[in-house]
Amino acid sequence: MATEPATETTLQGPAAWEAEAEREHVHGLGPWRLGLRRLKRNKVALLFGALFVVLVLSCIAAPLWADKVAKTTVNANHLSDTITVDGKEKNVVGLDGVPIGPQWLKADGKFFLGADRNGRDIMVRLLYGGRNSLVIGVVAALITTALSIFLGLISGYFRGPTDTVIRALLDVMWSFPVIILGVALGVAFALGGLKIGPLHLAGDSLLIPIFIIGFVYVPYMARPVRGQVLSLREKEFVEAARAQGAGPFRIMFTEVMPNLASTVIVFFTLLIANAILLESALSFLGAGVQPPNPSWGTMIDEGVDRIATAPHLTIVPGLMLVLTVLALNVFGDGVRDALDPRAKVRLER
Amino acid sequence: MGRFIIRRLFQMVFVMFAVSVLTFFIFNVIPNGDPAVRMAGKNPTETQIEAIRKEWGFDDNLIVQYVTMMKKVFTGDLVSYFTQLPVGEEIIKGLPRTLSLAIGAAILWMFVAICFGLYSAMRAGKFADRFLTIVALIGISLPVFWIGALMNYYLGYKAGLFPNGGYVELTKDPVDWAYHLILPWTALAILFIGFYSRVLRSNILDTINEDYVRTARAKGLSERQVMVRHVLRNSMIPIVTLWGLDFGAVVGGGAILTETVFDLQGVGQYAAEAVGQLDVPPVLATTLFAAFFIVLLNAIVDIVYAYLDPRIRLQ
Repeated sequence: MATEPATETTLQGPAAWEAEAEREHVHGLGPWRLGLRRLKRNKVALLFGALFVVLVLSCIAAPLWADKVAKTTVNANHLSDTITVDGKEKNVVGLDGVPIGPQWLKADGKFFLGADRNGRDIMVRLLYGGRNSLVIGVVAALITTALSIFLGLISGYFRGPTDTVIRALLDVMWSFPVIILGVALGVAFALGGLKIGPLHLAGDSLLIPIFIIGFVYVPYMARPVRGQVLSLREKEFVEAARAQGAGPFRIMFTEVMPNLASTVIVFFTLLIANAILLESALSFLGAGVQPPNPSWGTMIDEGVDRIATAPHLTIVPGLMLVLTVLALNVFGDGVRDALDPRAKVRLER
Repeated sequence: MGRFIIRRLFQMVFVMFAVSVLTFFIFNVIPNGDPAVRMAGKNPTETQIEAIRKEWGFDDNLIVQYVTMMKKVFTGDLVSYFTQLPVGEEIIKGLPRTLSLAIGAAILWMFVAICFGLYSAMRAGKFADRFLTIVALIGISLPVFWIGALMNYYLGYKAGLFPNGGYVELTKDPVDWAYHLILPWTALAILFIGFYSRVLRSNILDTINEDYVRTARAKGLSERQVMVRHVLRNSMIPIVTLWGLDFGAVVGGGAILTETVFDLQGVGQYAAEAVGQLDVPPVLATTLFAAFFIVLLNAIVDIVYAYLDPRIRLQ
């Protein structure tokens, strides 16, 4: 006789919510309140969400650390400088070209995490680089989201020829390998800058990687959004709005769009994580943030060549990157479990 | 079914055509992209540049240039602007390396992900499950070029356990081939292990509540038989789909970073180097190569699906 199935306690999805609702008398709460309740109970996700906030705040405070503690600037070289550690003089960059490793607080906060080959303070560059990486991640994710919602709405609502054209467009973008496309655009624009009408961007502008990354992820998000719009447009409330005489754009943006919110929120956190990773990959291949601007990707790129003599140049920015992306992934995962456990989020790298 | 396959093949050809046109024009309209100027070297005279333009046909109409280049793609006469090496040969040289990396990594990530996913699902909600979830999330958060560089340095260079990059041909010495590829396989597989094991876990937890699983238990099958024959087999379908798509994506560009970090000299690394120099012929060829694998695997997955589920054909 088979025993009780071992999975009794692991009901998933709606069945689990039903059971939970029975237990906790939450019938009558709206989906958002319920989602928030579920998220609040997920302590691990909240912890990592908080970690992300801390990381963001410390990167925002980069000038404070540079001014008050490290007493240097982000691109200042200290090639021939010395610092005093435990009463002894030390070269910031040794005569053999090897920079000093982490000093923690031994040199009054100078070179907290060591120096790079130009004698620049790694801690300062890490924080400023984090600003760049985070800005790129967040703004690129915003661009992807806006474009995906727009294309998904138009394509799913109008169907017919509009849909065919947009889908063909997304298919073509999807068939481009993300990295080749990103590197190609990155190298091209880094060389010559970008001129679109009145908009002129220099080759080292942060907006270039932002646009590239915001652009290449569109098909991954627009497709699921379109699928949802296709089913939403058949719902009664859309029919009701149409009966009241609402035009297609009003229906799309005031009736259908709010119902995409949970999908969009779930995607957004994970998009930021992936955008930060893609930024680092592009920078690693020389097609993202252009030196001497720091970003976690460019710092790793500069470090890898010197991994044998100064491993901290690679390890430090990499750890920061992993920690940030991990925080976003764990938090995003919690958000997904709370709002829409069946959402299929897939972003290529 | 035949009509579906034909339609799908037409779609494939259309996408490939669009990719080739886009790639060609992106590289011809970008500023500072004029290949004649950059091929002429430092401080060229106007006549030198003019001569190069004439010789390579850069002063032709863009559409004519596109057609000539595509002809060369099909006849295999494409030559790099900067190294003057035939592009086709370079790709054929890199292909076994890229395929070795992709196939080995794909087998590795599938195998490990099944173990992790199954174990995680059977212990759902318990410590082992939570631990594996965190491990999987760390896996998908690791940039492959970073973990690859660290593995190469600490396990290869410092500990001396593995060779420090490089590639040995399979036909020459299969053991040495695998030995050289262990680190790249692992680095590339980490991300996918994290992702697949989580998808598999949630699929298993969905399947496990199905009626036919209860029936299987009621028949008196052992827990092991129920899990493997009824639950796992059905949970695997979406994973196998993903596997096909991801394999295409890895061959078509997903392996660039891994190849670069381990210096495997595959097609991806060739593409990255060509893109870095804005060398149009190899960029066009490698992009088409990549798009071909992505589109092909997509089509195969769709056709297999349509074969299994007739509803899809009617869409």
